Amino acid sequence: MRIAERRLLATRPHRPGTGGLVPILVLLAVLLVLLTVRQPDFLAPSSLMSFLGRSAPIIVLAAGQYFVIVAGEFDLSVGSLVTAQVVVAARLIDSEPSRTWPVVVLLLASGAAVGLVNGLVTTRLRVSSFITTLGMYLILVGAVYLWSDGAPKGGLSEEFRRFGRRAFEDVVLVGRLPFAVLVLLAVAVLAVLLNRSDFGRTLVAAGGNPRTAELSGVRVHHVKTMAFVLSGLAAAVAAILIGGYSGVSFQAGAGLEFGAITAVVLGGVALGGGRGSVVGAMLGALTLETLFTLMNFYGVPGALRTAVQGAIILLAVAVSARRSVRR
Amino acid sequence: MRPLITVLAIGALLTAAGCATDEPTAVASTGASPQAGAGTGEQSKFFVQAQYDKELALLGATPAGPAGKPWEQVLDPKMVETAKFKKPGPYKICFSNAGLNNPWRQVGFKTMQAEVETHGSRIKEFVHVDAEGKDQKQIADINDLLGKGCDALIVSPNTTATLTPAVEAACRQGLPVVVFDRGVDSTCPVTFINPIGGYGFGHVAAEFITSRMKPGGKVLALRILPGVDVLETRWSAAKVAFDKAGADVVGVEFTDGDPAKTKKIVNDYIQRYGTIDGVWMDAGAVAVAAVEAFVDAGRPVPPINGEDQLDFLRQWKERKLTAVAPTYPTYQWRTPVLAALRILNGEPVSSPWKLPQPTITQDNLDEYIDADMPPLHYAVCGCRELPGYPERWR
Repeated sequence: MRIAERRLLATRPHRPGTGGLVPILVLLAVLLVLLTVRQPDFLAPSSLMSFLGRSAPIIVLAAGQYFVIVAGEFDLSVGSLVTAQVVVAARLIDSEPSRTWPVVVLLLASGAAVGLVNGLVTTRLRVSSFITTLGMYLILVGAVYLWSDGAPKGGLSEEFRRFGRRAFEDVVLVGRLPFAVLVLLAVAVLAVLLNRSDFGRTLVAAGGNPRTAELSGVRVHHVKTMAFVLSGLAAAVAAILIGGYSGVSFQAGAGLEFGAITAVVLGGVALGGGRGSVVGAMLGALTLETLFTLMNFYGVPGALRTAVQGAIILLAVAVSARRSVRR
Repeated sequence: MRPLITVLAIGALLTAAGCATDEPTAVASTGASPQAGAGTGEQSKFFVQAQYDKELALLGATPAGPAGKPWEQVLDPKMVETAKFKKPGPYKICFSNAGLNNPWRQVGFKTMQAEVETHGSRIKEFVHVDAEGKDQKQIADINDLLGKGCDALIVSPNTTATLTPAVEAACRQGLPVVVFDRGVDSTCPVTFINPIGGYGFGHVAAEFITSRMKPGGKVLALRILPGVDVLETRWSAAKVAFDKAGADVVGVEFTDGDPAKTKKIVNDYIQRYGTIDGVWMDAGAVAVAAVEAFVDAGRPVPPINGEDQLDFLRQWKERKLTAVAPTYPTYQWRTPVLAALRILNGEPVSSPWKLPQPTITQDNLDEYIDADMPPLHYAVCGCRELPGYPERWR
């Protein structure tokens, strides 16, 4: 059993190393060059930091979505989870600073709980994760609508908002260091550590070939459920950052699940699982945000965004289908 | 198995993308070019010159009716007889509501409920049906209400064309129908109540911005979404004003009412153009996000317009903004109840019933700021003397 597992891990098609990251790094570099041509001061430390800060939520979500996708599943519920959390936070905090930390803890716990439900329904009840998380998406939309009578109430405290909005001023080298960038760094480090841990390896194995993994002693149900919990946690962190960045809104999480999935596949993670790295997924999110900023600077109508996202998904699926045929 | 999963994946993703946004983010149908040097491109297909002229004339008109009670006032009154609807009270009044799906409608409906209470025993029953923003549900709702023995029917239609036949069917039953906010394509309701309208809104905001910036200054126009008549009229009137003043409209962007998106857009424009001399908005929902984008970038906030939501009014006061807030007042929710009671009493009412549309300026800003109310409350609600203020609106 032990030997089998080790061999399985040793023969994984891709290490979460640098090899698979080349395409996304090249793409990101090209986009950054195009952006700098149009907007020379974009790469100035302060503007780059504010760009990273405002992109932090989608990068965090992409990291969460990575764990689910690499395990061969999907999490479509994150967008509505973010909206639900922002709306709930505003109503609970109701502009009262002292409630900030309890609500932050509550958001993280409820994010994990939603992930746990998604995971258990998918693995124990054997419902396809599309259906599970689509159902969760609808449940959350409906619940928030019902609970708030269709319009957000209350307000977020300045203390809550600083995570997504404020920054350390006058930092050496970078000038202004948004808190969101620090949160992002912490999440990135945790995600990379998780990805390299035994958990990360078994997760990839479970996504690549669940049957083999099961036979090799991997508790597939367990690791997949954990992946959903991580995605829920990531959604909670993203909700805190988004709520902070722009305040309470019913639109807070609209379309984020789509953005996160696009980012993940753009980062070279195979839909269907078993291949890709979390760094790739996060770079994918950064690349996607860079692309949108570039489109904005070149005056491309914002409405094209959705179309571009769709095209990326189709392309990624086509490429990954070709690869699996070759295998 | 893999290809099947893939196909399912695409299907699910596209579906998810579809339901992720409630409103179509679709193409910019008005063809407003973001790089327009002189002029802002073609006029919106929703623009009607005669209507525009009429609304601008109403902006300067003096309303008839009791001073200090704009919800009872009428601009350019045209009275109609209602004697045939006269009947003894108390009355059962029914209300088919398009929805309660935004803070504006929430504030409005609470104001309406409070108005009903002020009439005490004259109204024996007030029936409210919420169509949840769905045309089909509202058609069914109106149909149901016809069998419930209502003495008068108030309708706030979800969409104009689709709800017209349902409203006409109600008229044929012989009960007085009062329509407000959005209209219907029919003259059968006894009256149609609404404020001056979108051209007035857009014009007031654009005139203010052009008057406070240097000629040819750079204006960023932020719109919620294309293709909605009330919003299209606001933009089309602003276009006329900007073109007349020779403003350089550097961008016309759709925000979907999403503050995060708004902040990113404004941020990009600040980077791209260095300075923006004015920000025009077709609705106030994301005005605070736009202000924050300038503040967070360490730039002065240029002349800007919002609406009468308190979060914006407070920012305006705190940051000493150069701002204006044209309104689409929520006090219009009081008027249909008053109108229905007058009609049932056989008193003449004006049809259409055009309400004044106040503008909040630096001079009267303080009157509208109420520290006790939540940030998303609409200040021009005419609700301060109503029963249950302020708790009911919190």
